This record gives sequence, structure tokens and C-alpha cells, in this order.
Amino acid sequence: MLNHKRRSFLTASATTTLSAAAFGLIAGVPGRGLAMGMNGARDVDILNVALGLEHEAINAYQLGAQSGLLQKPVLDAAVLFQSHHKGHRDALIATIEKLGGRPAAEKPMAEYARTLNAATIKSQEDILNLAARLELGASNAYLGVIPSFQDANLAKVAARLAADETMHWTALSGVLGRQLPGAPLSFGA
Amino acid sequence: MAQAADPERGKALYESRCSGCHSLDQDRVGPRHRGVVGRKAGSVAGFEYSAALRASRVVWSAKTLDAWLANPERLIPGQRMNYSVPDDADRAALIAYLTQPAAAAR
Repeated sequence: MLNHKRRSFLTASATTTLSAAAFGLIAGVPGRGLAMGMNGARDVDILNVALGLEHEAINAYQLGAQSGLLQKPVLDAAVLFQSHHKGHRDALIATIEKLGGRPAAEKPMAEYARTLNAATIKSQEDILNLAARLELGASNAYLGVIPSFQDANLAKVAARLAADETMHWTALSGVLGRQLPGAPLSFGA
Repeated sequence: MAQAADPERGKALYESRCSGCHSLDQDRVGPRHRGVVGRKAGSVAGFEYSAALRASRVVWSAKTLDAWLANPERLIPGQRMNYSVPDDADRAALIAYLTQPAAAAR
């Protein structure tokens, strides 16, 4: 059972606009068009993997929000986190297109429900555990691909995405009553 | 003498490093991993691989998985994973986990 104090940890305290988030992420990427070189193509591939993660996260939170299992203020936090992921998605799509790439398409929600075993979810805690697992996986994935970017501005984008996912994971862990990592440098390792 | 790789440690590493994109039984951002050892690269039915993986003749073994995890682009140029595991012992543990019966093809 999640107590009120833990739930309060998730109370949304800030809002953002998607356009502002997208602009902030792509602002450092120099203008490049369709003449994408080999290195640019590799960067686009990495961004498209990130976009796939964001599509999955958006749908996972949607499944949670629609389940009827999330209670306020946890539901509000889930919607806020989903809005962050939508901001990431929009920024990634804008960046991929700016680099001359084709953004990875979102799959039907039923496909995400199947691959995330949504049928096994029976409680708010199940949803939060799934969300925490996805957020941690995404954080580590973003940190792990940073060295592969050819463009340092895009490496910074990955780091900023990882920071958001880590923030989500930390909040979710607090609600779930989990211990924070005892060792330093636990993310991306 | 080097210690044998620990599949339990490999499982924990898999959870923290690989599960963002992969799982044993479901294709997600990356393909499913159950039964990966002995499988040809780029051959999971229904998964949308890069052209490089589809064209590759690599068959996944402890040796090729080690090379892949150390530097995927070096093993199969044009791949899309771009995530590496630099530490030898970590790669060995991950491969031990993926090789054990619990992760083998059913």
C-alpha cells in the first residue's frame, strides 16, 4: 500500500510546454538538411532508438492512466511524466527531421500492451513498478549511447533525456518505498 | 586464473543495461533475446532490423556476442544498437546469463 506521504512526493509542482522543450533540445543542433553523411546517419539511428523508447513510455503511461488503477495524486504525476515523454518525442522527431532522417513510427497501443505484458497488471503498484523499470532502462540506455554520437550537441541531448528519466525513476522509487542506490555512479553502469 | 562468469550477476546486468530496449520474450525497441545463442544475426521473425543486421552472416556465439557487445559497429558496420559494454567481465556475465538454460530457446 502506498501511503499519503509517498504519494505526495509525486505531486506535480511544475509544468512545461512541449514546444519549449523541443526548442531547447534541438537548439544546439546546427542546421543541416538532406545531405546527411555517414556520421549523421548513425546519429539519426541512435535518435530513432530513443524515439522508440519514448513511444513505448508514452503508451505505458497511457495504459496506466486508462486502467482505472491509478489514484490521485499518483495519476497526476503519471500524466505529468507522460507529458515529459511527449516533449521528448516531439523534440526527437524535430531533431531527426532536421538531420534529414525519417522518425520511427509509433505502434498501435495494443502492441505496447502486449509487449509490456499489460494484462498482468492488477494494481497501482504494478503500474509504478513497470514505469520505474522502463524509466531506469531508458536512463541507462541514453547514458550508454552518449559515447556513440558523432555530434556532441546530440550527446548532450541524450544526457538531458537521461536526466529526465532519472528524475522520474527517483520519484517512482520514493512512492514505491525503495531504497535509493547506495553506491555512487550507479546509473549508466 | 579467471573466475567463471556468474549468470546471476549477468541477469542483474541485463536488467540494468539491456532491459531498456530488450526482453527475453518480446520484441521491443530491440529484438527478443531468448535463444539468441546459436541464432543468425538479424533473424528474429517480424522484427524490423537494420539492413546491416539482415545482411550479416554472423551467428551469435559467446565469441561473436562478446565482439558485438564490445563494439557493435566494429562487428557489423551500419548496425543500430550503438550501445556497448566496455568491461570484459560484464560482457562475460551477460553472455553467461544469455547462454544459460533459463534464457535458451523453448
